[in-house]
Amino acid sequence: MNTVRTQPDPGNAIMRFLKKRIAVYALLIAISIAVFFLFPYDLGFLTRIIIMMIFVLSLDLILGFAGVATLGHAALYGTGAYMAGLFAVHISASPIVGLGVGALSGAVIAFISALILMRAHGLTLLMLTIAIAEVLKEIANKAQTLTGGADGLSGIVMAPIFGQIEFDFVGQTGYWYSFALLMIVLFFLHIITDSPFGLGLRGIKQSTARMRAIGAPVYWRLVAAYTVSGAIAGIAGALSAQITELVSLNVYDFSLSAEIVIMLILGGAGRLYGALLGTAVFLIVHHTAASVDPFNWLFIIGGLVLGVIFFLPGGLLSFPKKLGWVTTWFSKQPEETPR
Amino acid sequence: MSAGLEVKNLHKSFGGITVANNINIQLKPGARTALIGPNGAGKTTFANLLTGILQPDSGQILLDGIDIRALGQAGRVKAGIAKTFQITTLFPEMSVRENLRLPILEREGYGAKWFGKSQVNYAADDEIETLLDDFQLTKYADVTVGQLAYGQQRLVEMALTLALKPNILILDEPAAGVPTSDSHLITDAIERLSPDLSVLIIEHDMKLVFRVANSIVVLVNGAILMEGTPEEISRDQRVRDVYLGERHE
Ligand SMILES: Nc1ncnc2c1ncn2[C@@H]1O[C@H](COP(=O)(O)OP(=O)(O)OP(=O)(O)O)[C@@H](O)[C@H]1O
Ligand SMILES: [Mg+2]
Repeated sequence: MNTVRTQPDPGNAIMRFLKKRIAVYALLIAISIAVFFLFPYDLGFLTRIIIMMIFVLSLDLILGFAGVATLGHAALYGTGAYMAGLFAVHISASPIVGLGVGALSGAVIAFISALILMRAHGLTLLMLTIAIAEVLKEIANKAQTLTGGADGLSGIVMAPIFGQIEFDFVGQTGYWYSFALLMIVLFFLHIITDSPFGLGLRGIKQSTARMRAIGAPVYWRLVAAYTVSGAIAGIAGALSAQITELVSLNVYDFSLSAEIVIMLILGGAGRLYGALLGTAVFLIVHHTAASVDPFNWLFIIGGLVLGVIFFLPGGLLSFPKKLGWVTTWFSKQPEETPR
Repeated sequence: MSAGLEVKNLHKSFGGITVANNINIQLKPGARTALIGPNGAGKTTFANLLTGILQPDSGQILLDGIDIRALGQAGRVKAGIAKTFQITTLFPEMSVRENLRLPILEREGYGAKWFGKSQVNYAADDEIETLLDDFQLTKYADVTVGQLAYGQQRLVEMALTLALKPNILILDEPAAGVPTSDSHLITDAIERLSPDLSVLIIEHDMKLVFRVANSIVVLVNGAILMEGTPEEISRDQRVRDVYLGERHE
């Protein structure tokens, strides 16, 4: 069509992309370095936060952007964890190849379940997502000879990364390894969510009927998004298996699926930095509250979530904007809505 | 083989209520046909049967002689059928510009691209500017659609549908809710359309119908009561009784 211009120089587009994101990427790297030196004895916990960030990012794509509600994302994470674990025990201890196995198995299980899930809506959809995770958990439980059942899969010993960098006891390697993956996943998701495909996912969330009426194959778009989400969740699961060198049935837990939804809503669904912020806040509050009061920490988390839902429906990430709105309210009349 | 859209013996009922009763309509290329009828006559239902939102119980829908009933909604859009909704159906949290960009991306087959920015690479900017201009929406281009007045949302609805460049354009009460001062934007847009494009317009505003349509179909209780030129329709006593009533003359 003559009205649609051809793609401009792609090099240019990459430069523009980096220019816009580089400050935030630099900030994230700075934070990771600072935290690494400030809390040298908490690297295990920090690595756990990073892995969960990757997992929550995967959820953000499908729930935050495409608007598909799920309470069974652990199905994808757990499958990535088990497959990467089994691969390490039986085939190869290479961490990088293991990650690939986790991503692939997460994507495959996501694709297969999406064929069913993306036809369902509302409560049916939620129930189905829960059911799939429970079924997988039961399979992992029954396949005791392979997975170790309730005892968990043990015996995972990872080889050095690229045959060079050994995993150490303190967890420094695990920390940087996970952080590098987080940055790669974040970069990849930035590209996807900025693309026409990403705009289309937001379209599906805002009006599925309209999306269909402009000729978009909504079902296949959602299957694709869920598959990508599965690959990323699988990476998170694989990382967890490689770093803890253990996979238990808990990777399929309903509570895990539910907690990541809370983390995402807390930070701000539909925004990638929201996923990062929500995960960090949730896990840090959880960590500190649980050490202060091991029995009642849930109250604190619950209060935090309620507070956010009532006062910051856009999540913690919308706080500065909300603050901005308050200050403009006091300084000048808000702009009139155009009629 | 016949060119254009042809509907044969179309039936649809919801439970016990028949909402499409043996409908036969032909929309030749260049047709400007109005579908009128009282509330609940089945006009929207008929439009939804054409676009694939609903499936008929029986009958045929032929596009250029080929039955398109097996095509889903997306397939029918690709085949050139597009519709505005009676109840505005837009992307409420996107800007007007983004609302117009999405259909262009889909039309051009870029909708599934994972790489490259939606805003830059496939810049359909000239086309978007023209549409904004046609509907006097330029100054709201970057406003979130959900914040626009209802009348302006109706205009976005129309612009978005035109962005698909359909061959068969179905308009379900496009001017309802648009201030009278702006309704000329709708009729102007219809008059600007390429002469070989077919238009089916559902509308209660008779002034508008007489302005744009050269053929009128009257639907009552899911069945076609009569079909004719605007003059024939306005002269017909039955139509006056059931529909035009005392409003006309
Ligand atoms: N999904 C549905 N299920 C059951 N009944 C329906 C459904 N959609 C429409 N109807 C009924 O079908 C009949 C025709 O509705 P339709 O919306 O097609 O009328 P219409 O001619 O467009 O009316 P209006 O002028 O008010 O827009 C109405 O009685 C309506 O209640
Ligand atoms: Mg109607």
